[in-house]
Amino acid sequence: MAANTEVTGTARSRSVTLRILPPGLYAGRASKVLERSLLVSRKMWLVFVSGIVEPAVYLLAFQIGFGRLVTEVVGPGGEVMSYAAFVASALMVASAMNGAVYDATFNVFFKIRHARTYEGMLATPVGPVDIAMGEVSWSMLRGGLYAVAFLAIMTLLGLSGSPWVVLLVPVALLVAFTFAALGMACVTFIRTVSQFDYIQLAVMPLFLFSATFYPLSVYPEPLRPVVQLSPLYHGVELARQLSVGVVDPALLGHVGYLAALAALGLWVTSRRLAGLLLR
Amino acid sequence: MAAAGERSARELSPLVSAKALVKRFGEVEAVRGIDVEVFKGEAFGFLGPNGAGKSSAMRMVGCVSPRSDGDLRVLDMDPQIDGPSIRARLGVVPQEDNLDTELSIRQNLQVYGRYFGLSRAHVRAKATELMEFAQLTERADDEVDTLSGGMKRRLTIARSLVNDPDLLLLDEPTTGLDPQARHLLWDRLFRLKQLGVTLLITTHYMDEAEQLCDRLVIMDNGRIVAEGSPPELIASYSTREVLELRFAPGESGDVASTVDGLADRVEVLPDRVLLYTENGEAALSATHARGVQPLSCLVRRSTLEDVFLRLTGRTLVD
Repeated sequence: MAANTEVTGTARSRSVTLRILPPGLYAGRASKVLERSLLVSRKMWLVFVSGIVEPAVYLLAFQIGFGRLVTEVVGPGGEVMSYAAFVASALMVASAMNGAVYDATFNVFFKIRHARTYEGMLATPVGPVDIAMGEVSWSMLRGGLYAVAFLAIMTLLGLSGSPWVVLLVPVALLVAFTFAALGMACVTFIRTVSQFDYIQLAVMPLFLFSATFYPLSVYPEPLRPVVQLSPLYHGVELARQLSVGVVDPALLGHVGYLAALAALGLWVTSRRLAGLLLR
Repeated sequence: MAAAGERSARELSPLVSAKALVKRFGEVEAVRGIDVEVFKGEAFGFLGPNGAGKSSAMRMVGCVSPRSDGDLRVLDMDPQIDGPSIRARLGVVPQEDNLDTELSIRQNLQVYGRYFGLSRAHVRAKATELMEFAQLTERADDEVDTLSGGMKRRLTIARSLVNDPDLLLLDEPTTGLDPQARHLLWDRLFRLKQLGVTLLITTHYMDEAEQLCDRLVIMDNGRIVAEGSPPELIASYSTREVLELRFAPGESGDVASTVDGLADRVEVLPDRVLLYTENGEAALSATHARGVQPLSCLVRRSTLEDVFLRLTGRTLVD
């Protein structure tokens, strides 16, 4: 009875979320956790520059090098497109993935194991779900920022073929959010720095084999479902289709898969943070 | 539910109320059924050796550790259900500093205030006020890592006050600090007490407990072994004075039988014999009369440390 009398104005607006989460783990303060990251990021401009330069160099390499050898491929809609443009949208999604994974793993590991940042937060109303959502949102913004810069370079190089290309930004944000959530979930299981190699071991093949550099049809039939398990594959398909303006229901499937994985990542992260820090 | 009645009930109802509270970590029972009540305006202490269960008890009160058994009410709410609402009104000073090393001193206070949902303008003013209180104004824009241990501790205490808490939880607030820093901290904590802030302190420093606590419990091995104000505890578990006789190592054992009956209680240590007595000087004359010749002797008032050692033993616990 007493618990029900504690309803304030802000509490009412988050009552829906509270209903589906265990009591006490969420306080509707994820935005405050995000605010902290934004404040810290003011000092990290160099990281942003490097994060944007890296994919730009890739783009140039494809434009100048591979583009000469492999000039044209068949795009998602069956139309012929330049190989550089075919790869460009995929690289944009991959750069969103890299930015998000980097942030959600190294930085989060430091905060869990060394700086005890989250323990400080958990002494306030902030709960593990707030932390998971705030941190993943930040990683998403960071990954998204890389993607926007990438998109600008793509456009400058004449590699974006349709007005639909603006939709690549939300695609990049979704991919970044999904990978940040999955990355953060993984990092809660990591105890030592050397175990980061496992994450690299997972990200590298994802980058290479998620139909990033060639279409899914290149793989033999039995192997395709395996490739389709890769979240990056779904991001790449979304981006590639939209970059040439092929809009069909398949897009929804890709979005759904990514969103489901993002939810899973958030759930695991919250449970693990609670298990690690609220013992 | 008359308004007046409700108000007085609120004044009297404890801020923290634990009944048969238990905390288990797998097989290990860290807290083995403790009963505690802390009232408004009190400075209440958990005193005990390392591993006594003080911090585990504190973490349960702080709503960052679910209880394994028993009852716990904090600010008249259940930590298991109302964790965020309770924590909104608590201030927490953890055993180990967990300041945000990626932020400046001012930002640490401001960002922490934002976790409580306070407005930007409010936390800006509050940060300035708290830096004044913690004597850190000059260091406002410095990195946390450049601060000394004492300064970090002061900042942690300042941070715990950002939400004007009803109850302040301090887990070994002065461990690892030099005497100057400790006295400065005690001074700040005493000021808070004067302002009516309820303090819940864990410590293994007797002087700290005597300085700050109105009432305390001594914990050992997960249980409460004694409860009361520092003078009450001394009165019931020790004597008014203690006579300390120092001997060359190994010789103290021979003296034990000689001084038998001269004090309420005699404790023989490898290099010392302690006589717990109402009158230390009288006991000293009596020992001289029996021909005891110590290397040195000292008559002193009994302290909480004597109570503590009597109740929790002299064996080292790690």
